[in-house]
Amino acid sequence: MSVSLSPSADRLPTGIPAPEDLEEGTSLWKDAWHRLAKNRLAVFGGSVLIILAVACIVGPWLSPYGYEDNNLNNTFSPPSGAHWLGTDQLGRDLLVRLLVGGRISIGVGLCATFVALTIGVVYGAVAGFFGGKIDSLMMRIVDIMYALPFTIFVILLMVFFGRDIWLLFLAIGAVEWLTMARIVRGQIMSLKKMEFIEAARSIGLGKRRIIFRHMIPNILGPIIVYTTLTIPAVMLLEAFLSFLGLGVQPPLSSWGVLIKDGAEKMEEYPWLLMFPGVVFSLTLFSLNFLGDGLRDALDVRSSKD
Amino acid sequence: MFRFIARRLLETIPVLLIIITATFFMIRFVPGGPFTSEKAVSPEIKANLEAHYGLDKPLYQQYFDYLGSLMKGDFGPSFKYPNRTVNEIIADKLPVSLELGLTSLVVALILGITLGVIAAIKRNTWMDYFSSAIAMTGICIPTFVLGPLLVLVFAIHLGWFNASGWYTSYDRVLPAATLGLVYSAYVARLTRGGMLEILNQDYIRTARAKGASEFRVIFRHALRGGLLPVVSFLGPAIAGILTGSFVIETIFQIPGLGREFVNSAFNRDYTLVLGTVILYASLIIVLNLVVDVVQVWLNPKLKFD
Repeated sequence: MSVSLSPSADRLPTGIPAPEDLEEGTSLWKDAWHRLAKNRLAVFGGSVLIILAVACIVGPWLSPYGYEDNNLNNTFSPPSGAHWLGTDQLGRDLLVRLLVGGRISIGVGLCATFVALTIGVVYGAVAGFFGGKIDSLMMRIVDIMYALPFTIFVILLMVFFGRDIWLLFLAIGAVEWLTMARIVRGQIMSLKKMEFIEAARSIGLGKRRIIFRHMIPNILGPIIVYTTLTIPAVMLLEAFLSFLGLGVQPPLSSWGVLIKDGAEKMEEYPWLLMFPGVVFSLTLFSLNFLGDGLRDALDVRSSKD
Repeated sequence: MFRFIARRLLETIPVLLIIITATFFMIRFVPGGPFTSEKAVSPEIKANLEAHYGLDKPLYQQYFDYLGSLMKGDFGPSFKYPNRTVNEIIADKLPVSLELGLTSLVVALILGITLGVIAAIKRNTWMDYFSSAIAMTGICIPTFVLGPLLVLVFAIHLGWFNASGWYTSYDRVLPAATLGLVYSAYVARLTRGGMLEILNQDYIRTARAKGASEFRVIFRHALRGGLLPVVSFLGPAIAGILTGSFVIETIFQIPGLGREFVNSAFNRDYTLVLGTVILYASLIIVLNLVVDVVQVWLNPKLKFD
């Protein structure tokens, strides 16, 4: 832990640091950033994610092919100089479809992360902290949301609002915070009994400050781990929703849909499964390295390095 | 503890009622009905069918009729499967899904906890990376790829198992492996995260200082707390795993309940939708109750309030 003790000229004569020097410690986040930057795997993961995201945004403009351009004279062509990753059953270029599909999949992943981290964490923390009747009521609402039939909810959305990509985000957002809320609640409940929380209470800190400043930083580990598990799950859930008719419609695609289509032809045309699968796995592995690095960097208890 | 459980069981009555009511009216808002199909049914026949099933009565009347028969344990007749009641369909298909689900769950827990514990105690060594890589592979490869892949290798090329079907006990191996591997990946990641939190705690140092063997420290002291995030995750996950998986049952042609969750919504089989939802909701509620009890058991500082 590096605590900055900058030598300053205007020290008090007794050698006691001036008050402004006392305020100057490194914050949790600044400290974590330094530790993260030292973690090579995490930096690698983060870099890969940024490169992939930029490629998905910029790549399709640079490609000579459009994602919906059919070429029925050139179907199922293996990877070649003209089509780096080969073509599919309609002769469409797989690379550009993969990049365009990445926009959807990354968007879905970001949406789920956002919902889980905001609604899920706050909801779970509040329920776990207050306990009693508030907790009972909040958790029974979660039970109800879990049990409502998701397929019917999706069909209803489709019927009332038509096929719109934004509904996909809405449907995923509606369910993806539930498990996070339960995990956070469980952790907060056990944290509540720890001595340092009692200490925080006894010096009269407000409830909001105790929750956000003292409790949530202590459970960032499980939160990050579960987030890195949520992202792949929703990217695949999107493939299921697209199968139900919500989500991406052909000729548009996503990683989940490309993998699903590739799986049906994996023996004859393996590249149709292999390349989307590799990009998908690469993304998730990078995400995981970054997540593990973040977890270690934010660990408030470990005092190593 | 018994008061806690009794109170929670009392709370399930309003929760179930809300779920039933919401589902009942949600599915009726979806356009189309059980008797609108590609085959044109003459208006007279349709009217007769609707009268037979009571669909011609006002909606609120149907709702109260349904609640009435539900009180007697009768889920009503299925609209899609003629001459079959929902009770019969569930009694037929649930045991299949339960058998597959329990087998997969055992695979997931044994494999997942072992991998997670090894990864945590050998943190940042090749054993950690190796077991994390296995877990990540399980998360990256979706069931709709892993299933066909296992079929291709073990059924078609090696000929060890049947490609699909549900007749001999050998037919259980591939589907249970597919489902179990995916869940074990989640369990492994969450176990590793939870264990890492605990291994830094003072009471682990105390246990070591007392001279407890490493085995005892890990399995008796650390694992109890380390499993908390896993336990929160398992509540809803077990409910999902036991009521069947749409994808697995479709790939392996298994006559389980998972497919009915999706198909009944598409068929507008109102009573079957409600039957499956009530079953799933009850499981969710009971399992979340079990999770809350287990959480207290794992963490001696918590008490039932």
